[in-house]
Amino acid sequence: MPTQTRTQTLPISGATCQGCSRTITSALEQVSGVERVTVDLQAQQVAVTGSASRNALQKALVQAGYGADMNDSGHEHDDHNDDNGTASEPASQAAQSIQLNISGATCASCVRTIESALRGTPGVHGADMNFADRTAQVTGTASTNALIKAVEDAGYGASEARDDDNDEQEAKERAHYRQLLRHMWLGLGLGVPLMAWGLLGGDMMVRPGEISQWVWLGIGIATLAVLATAGRHFFVGAWKAFRNHNANMDTLIALGTGAAWLYSMVVVLLPGALPEAARHVYFEASAMIIGLINLGQALEVRARGKTSAAVKRLLDLGAKTARVIRDGPNQEKVEQDIPVEQVQNGDTLRVRPGEKIAVDGTVKEGESRIDESMLTGEPMPVNKAPGDTVSAGTLNEGGTLLYTATAVGKDTALSRIVALVKKAQGSKPPIGRLADQVSAIFVPTIMLIAIAAALVWFNVGPEPRLTHMLISATTVLIIACPCALGLATPMSVMVGVGKAAEYGILIRQGEALQTSSQLDTIVLDKTGTITEGKPAVTDILCAEGQQENTILALAASLESGSEHPLATAIVNEGKERGLSLDDATQFQALNGKGVIATINGKTYRLGNRRWLESEGVTINLDSTPLTDKGTTPLFLSEQKNLLAIIGVADRIKDDSKAAIARLKAQGLKVIMITGDIAASANAIAEQAGVDDVMAEVLPEDKAKKVAALQKEGRTVAMVGDGINDAPALAQADVGFAIGTGTDVAIESAAITLMGGSLHGVADAMAISSATVRNIKQNLFGAFVYNSLGVPVAAGILYPLTGSLLSPVIAGAAMSLSSVTVVTNANRLRFFKPKHNQETSA
Amino acid sequence: MTIFINLAGLILMALVVWWFWLSHRKSTAQATTQEATIIVEDGVYSPASIRARAGQSLTLHFDRRDPSPCAEQVIFQGLDTSEFLETDSITTLTLNNLPQGKYRFTCQMQMYQGTLFVE
Repeated sequence: MPTQTRTQTLPISGATCQGCSRTITSALEQVSGVERVTVDLQAQQVAVTGSASRNALQKALVQAGYGADMNDSGHEHDDHNDDNGTASEPASQAAQSIQLNISGATCASCVRTIESALRGTPGVHGADMNFADRTAQVTGTASTNALIKAVEDAGYGASEARDDDNDEQEAKERAHYRQLLRHMWLGLGLGVPLMAWGLLGGDMMVRPGEISQWVWLGIGIATLAVLATAGRHFFVGAWKAFRNHNANMDTLIALGTGAAWLYSMVVVLLPGALPEAARHVYFEASAMIIGLINLGQALEVRARGKTSAAVKRLLDLGAKTARVIRDGPNQEKVEQDIPVEQVQNGDTLRVRPGEKIAVDGTVKEGESRIDESMLTGEPMPVNKAPGDTVSAGTLNEGGTLLYTATAVGKDTALSRIVALVKKAQGSKPPIGRLADQVSAIFVPTIMLIAIAAALVWFNVGPEPRLTHMLISATTVLIIACPCALGLATPMSVMVGVGKAAEYGILIRQGEALQTSSQLDTIVLDKTGTITEGKPAVTDILCAEGQQENTILALAASLESGSEHPLATAIVNEGKERGLSLDDATQFQALNGKGVIATINGKTYRLGNRRWLESEGVTINLDSTPLTDKGTTPLFLSEQKNLLAIIGVADRIKDDSKAAIARLKAQGLKVIMITGDIAASANAIAEQAGVDDVMAEVLPEDKAKKVAALQKEGRTVAMVGDGINDAPALAQADVGFAIGTGTDVAIESAAITLMGGSLHGVADAMAISSATVRNIKQNLFGAFVYNSLGVPVAAGILYPLTGSLLSPVIAGAAMSLSSVTVVTNANRLRFFKPKHNQETSA
Repeated sequence: MTIFINLAGLILMALVVWWFWLSHRKSTAQATTQEATIIVEDGVYSPASIRARAGQSLTLHFDRRDPSPCAEQVIFQGLDTSEFLETDSITTLTLNNLPQGKYRFTCQMQMYQGTLFVE
């Protein structure tokens, strides 16, 4: 058969850089008949010109480790030798992504071997291994078992990875905890008997020529073994930091324990070089300190695990599987449970009662109640109907829903909330800056103090001066604890931000935590903040002989053709009451007046007073009670007869009044800001119980009003909807975006309240105050500990007590100090804003 | 002997001041880069110094090999950016549109220390 030159396009996978491009080109150019190779990394395909068979090209690609799938659509399919096994894969089988945990891979070449093995498996479109976390991501139609077998045949181990990152991290933490405990036992195993020997009157001095010198040498070697095993990480860390011109906690521990050991070895090996009184060994101090600090770190690991409990709880909200409805081989609908990671945008999913919503989506079919409290903090379930949005992690309490996936993976509201909380947990309020500045210079400063203390003891101290020098320097190095200082702020912020998230409060920056605890004025936007934000029917005043429901049905029928918010309020009320509406004909909406239409042959008008009066309608009902409370009256007439007045108002939220009272009780001045006219604004303000009103303020002027308050020396919070009020929120010292639901993309506000209740503002302030209080306690404790501990360790109390602090006691104190800080921060986990105690009571 | 010990102590103090505060930290990242891998191990970021171009995005891959909780978070001071690092994993962090300046990146306790130079 004559060969012919043609261009074939083959898909490639795993090629990410120019190096890959060169490897592919070189591999393909070696195939007989290839004339030109062009790699397109972006499209993950390669164009090959020449007479080479597709099969030969495919083989070369697989061997090079960038195996392509022939089943994927190459442009040329005229090659009859195309017998790649993947062609037999059922076309209906959907491509999926499988993650495998790989074991036994020790180097980069293992990665290549494993990837080649996976790519050589029929049905695999692409395989990439991440050497760092020993996982492989495989896409295609191959079964998990086939993939595992391929890896095992290549000489490695594989298992399917599940979405248990959290569990895996916890397992690693546990393993680290156990390792620290093993190190603790090593240190204390040697240190405690030695210390007991000394305390019970045993001789800790080296006497040249005696057998005890050899015994001490043995103990010195055993101590070295403890330092090299249980204390290895301190020494390695200290050395690496030193090379980088850094000094850290490891530096202090390594210097302290190393100095004690070195001195003791000099005593053992060269006792004659030291005065007799200075021939004391301190091996027990080295071993004990290593043991105690490992114990302290183990306790800290335990305590720290709890500080991120809030994020873990949020992560646990995510569903592991989703029930997806996809087309089957014969175009019939097939429902199957798949891992949530495999859900794609546009998939239709089913959620049954009692199940979690797997990904963000829009309801397609069915009605149900969804418990969103885990995200928004709102206790009441929310009704969902077609067109409504649902969020991943929320719980379906009512019926079955079909919904279309609109955001998956990292794009779901839940994932974004977790990301936001994690980010905020890493930010620091200004109160922590001093500690940061001190931390940055802490370790070298302590080293200077240790040397200075040793020199002072050498120059003015009593005999044995060498021993005193060693003890004071070692104890200073060991007792100083940068951890407590460094951890004081971040630990409290971590727990505080997490606590807030539990209440549906997302704090963006650590600074907002501190400012929220210092506020004296709070400006509340009216619409949507104090009120529901959507008008509703509040009153129906009927003329004599008229029935409320008949009037409402008539009004709703009239307004059903209108899109005005007031019309929507009336139609919704009619629907809620289950009233049947009549068809309105000859409908006209008259701007600024109202609507006119004919129903069952009669002409009705619904609109404002002035219009109806101008049409000759006699207004013989009193609308003053409605206008007095800020309600808009709508007049309904048939011909010249007034039938009723319907009051429509943007209702105050049920709990706004209580929440405002709570804010005032905290000593805040509460101001309402609105574009409404003064009379209507004052009516709402009176009902809500605010201190002051700023009415007739244009949206663009709200920020100026906030700035004016700030000029008066006030620390101002602004609460608004986050979109229209964005400039005012940004201007305020702290901006609260309220009622955002799960839309956490509001960046104009420092604090986002996912729930719609103003209690969220009070809760946020209570949590902020508690967090700042906790930070202050931690900082105070850490500063006091270090500023008392270091001078005592240096021997300042020696004139009074006649003795120096033991380095072992210093080690115990140091390891406990950081645990204390973390434990104190953890107390915040039990904090409850008062409102919740009241409501639960 | 007394003078010798005092002198040795003072020299040691001077060395501490010089080494940790005054001498320039060696920049292990020689050239400016927009992507780098930083190993988090044994109390040290390697490399501990990164140079990047201003106005561009910088991608950093943190390879955390230290299981101790000290290493669990990296905080970029002055950039309002932080990230939790998973043990034995690479965590990628992208910093967009970097303003010119010198930024420290540290763990929560500032025991791990690094510097980002944006030029």
